[in-house]
Amino acid sequence: MIGTLDSRIPSGPLAQKWATHKDHARLVSPNNRRKFQVIVVGSGLAGGAAAATLGELGYNVKCFCYQDSPRRAHSIAAQGGINAAKNYQNDGDSVFRLFYDTIKGGDFRSREANVYRLAEVSNLIIDHCVEQGVPFAREYGGLLANRSFGGAQVSRTFYARGQTGQQLLLGAYQALCRQIAAGTVAMFPQTEMLDLVLVDGHAKGIITRSLVTGKIAAHAADAVVLATGGYGNVFYLSTNARGCNVTATYRAYKKGALFANPCFTQIHPTCIPVSGQNQSKLTLMSESLRNDGRVWVPKKAGDKRSPKQIPEEERDYYLERKYPSFGNLAPRDISSRAAKEVCDEGRGVGESGRGVYLDFADAINRVGEQTIRERYGNLFHIYEKITGENAYERPMRIYPAVHYTMGGLWVDYNLMSNIPGLHVIGEANFSDHGANRLGASALMQGLADGYFVLPYTLPVYLAGQIGKRPPTDHQEFCKAEDEVRARTTKLLSINGSRSVDSFHRELGFLLWDKCGMARNTRGLREALTWIPEMREQFWRDVRVPGIGKEFNQSLERAGRVADFLEFAELMCIDALTRDESCGGHFREEHQTPDGEALRDDEHFADVFAWEYQGNGSIAAPKLHREPLVFETVELTQRSYK
Amino acid sequence: MKFKLKVWRQKTATAPGKLVEYQAKDVSPNTSFLEMLDVVNEGLVAQGKEPIAFDSDCREGICGTCSLTINGEAHGPDHPGAACEVYMRRFKDGETIVVEPFRAKPFPLIKDLVVDRSALDRIVQAGGFIAARAGSAPEANSILVPKHEADRSMEAAACIGCGACAAACPNASAMLFTAAKVSHLAFLPQGQPERTTRVLKMVTAMDAEGFGNCTNTYECEAVCPASISASLIAKLNREYAIASLKRRAGE
Repeated sequence: MIGTLDSRIPSGPLAQKWATHKDHARLVSPNNRRKFQVIVVGSGLAGGAAAATLGELGYNVKCFCYQDSPRRAHSIAAQGGINAAKNYQNDGDSVFRLFYDTIKGGDFRSREANVYRLAEVSNLIIDHCVEQGVPFAREYGGLLANRSFGGAQVSRTFYARGQTGQQLLLGAYQALCRQIAAGTVAMFPQTEMLDLVLVDGHAKGIITRSLVTGKIAAHAADAVVLATGGYGNVFYLSTNARGCNVTATYRAYKKGALFANPCFTQIHPTCIPVSGQNQSKLTLMSESLRNDGRVWVPKKAGDKRSPKQIPEEERDYYLERKYPSFGNLAPRDISSRAAKEVCDEGRGVGESGRGVYLDFADAINRVGEQTIRERYGNLFHIYEKITGENAYERPMRIYPAVHYTMGGLWVDYNLMSNIPGLHVIGEANFSDHGANRLGASALMQGLADGYFVLPYTLPVYLAGQIGKRPPTDHQEFCKAEDEVRARTTKLLSINGSRSVDSFHRELGFLLWDKCGMARNTRGLREALTWIPEMREQFWRDVRVPGIGKEFNQSLERAGRVADFLEFAELMCIDALTRDESCGGHFREEHQTPDGEALRDDEHFADVFAWEYQGNGSIAAPKLHREPLVFETVELTQRSYK
Repeated sequence: MKFKLKVWRQKTATAPGKLVEYQAKDVSPNTSFLEMLDVVNEGLVAQGKEPIAFDSDCREGICGTCSLTINGEAHGPDHPGAACEVYMRRFKDGETIVVEPFRAKPFPLIKDLVVDRSALDRIVQAGGFIAARAGSAPEANSILVPKHEADRSMEAAACIGCGACAAACPNASAMLFTAAKVSHLAFLPQGQPERTTRVLKMVTAMDAEGFGNCTNTYECEAVCPASISASLIAKLNREYAIASLKRRAGE
């Protein structure tokens, strides 16, 4: 493999590691920064923040996104909020507590040092975003307001109505716009990365395709930063935007970057249930709703009465019953599984029987409809648009859906992958959320990486790289460009009988069934026989109309689905190899007597980092294991009872 | 349900375009408008034809990517909301539906229903930000913002940047878009130091992109998916007038 699996965690006490690391890290002096070219792929919270901040520091940055504007990156859809350890509520919060909640919430499958650093810089993020003009919710005295989120017993979540992601992204986007105007950042919207270029084992550039003109181009740099988000769309139906994809990280994996814990996917408990066959995506209803909404199903299986006709004593508020200390704010993996369980028992609601109620009647009685409207108005509005139902009058129907992926490219403490020069930030890396992410922590991590971590750790690599940027006519660029062209030509020439979407849908449903909320050996083995067949059929029978040198949405999707068809196999292999349950990875063979995830710390307190060897019949990926060392926390059976 | 669609097809920016008829059959009323187009496209691919190009991404009304003019209305009949939030239950069975791109001179057409809205980005690049370097901010609660001001700022900041305001305006004016960004930052204490230069630069950029002027028809407000109030245009005018006077007075 390229490089080593060294996490480069600084020595010393946990609370001092980041400070010590910063004190001793290599720097690039201001007059040398402009000699460096840095590529940032992705313009969401992580990528947008990183590109803007590196630009502010004086580096030359090229930033790429597939959207038509960096402001549309999918971070924009995050609703509920962003965590920080400010303890403004005087309710016992601290950096340590945020760290501990995040490690525990991740079911002890993330690195202590990375998570502690995340908690440490969380407060800087709030300061910075306020200064940028993010209109966070305020109290009447003018101070910042907070609310509660799952998996925590303190109120540490900052929010901007139900549009926190949008407002934080606009903050990063505005900072990015400032740098674009200043000339430090060159922005390439509607441009997709199709390959990573390695020169002498270092990441030194990328190959892109313009989604408008179809032009394929090479870009050289001194370092490459991937901030390309998660791979939830491998399931076809998810809360991700339609364009979200695994291509950038998967291409890097095929060039030798290790992919860590790909089976760690988050199923969010509160989404609008699937209705009908043509549904193209699922819509989240923010977890913040569980501050005021109560989750329930009828006690009796098959009870088809309307919710109002079911008297209190015939309702099962199952989260409050099973997890009295956290109640409706139990973490996402636990709440999702509980919903699946009651639906499997035939107590689900709605036409399909795959749904549970999220009921605001008590909250409306307690604080009034106006207050609820102020807190969640836009969410109730989205709900009504999609379902045609008024949630002020009848409970929402919700069901779990794929939402986030904790797995991602393996990175060390400097957020660099095993390939020197290739850095990975935000959802695209694996490092901070373990096997389950807590609510309001994705925004925190994306911005932490972009504003306050990468700007300190990137120079560690760059300092030794002055003058080493290769020209784009280097043979490695030519080779990668030819490969991208050949692949595009191949996709267009198959001219089979099936659409790209039909393959994507088929793959997604298979994964949801076999590698979704619950997994078992038999199902995973079945998936592993089906996926290569599906892939073979894709390359034989897909139909991609149009040509390569033009705006061609079918071709864009075909490339992404082709990568999903390979990546899905890696996910299932990872899920099969991790023979324990932890967080969102629930192996049915491993559960406690009351149906909770049963970890096996003795054998699996490791990061699984996979090295590409070829797909399917060629060779299975090679497993490397990074043992997780816990110096501070004690591994316990996670309990929210 | 079934529908007759008349969809704008145009191969490239320079090729001539025209409305082409398609049938959408067996459509469930709970299908979204874009999902209905997905199904039509699947049918076209099956016949070996090129699918209709249209933009969308989050499909929940927040990213601002979708940009359809449905029966002459930007984002269709279900205001406030983006085209991706329109469901077929909004239409009559058997209805003829005309689907066109967002039309405005500063939004050049790319293909079929897809237009280039980078002009909006350039308006923000001209000054729609607060110059705050990462790492330089004071403690977040050290500057108080009255709730009322924070709320007004939030209402303006809710703009999703879709460009429907300009597409709906007979003058292709982007005043509502620019007003939203200028107001979002002008309502906050952090936005004060650059308040004068920001509005001058943004309005200059807006004019340079070829957007027209506001003549108070309020089509923008009617179609805005984020319910941005047209009263912000009056605020923009005030901000601009005061900034111009200050500039003239040499401040």
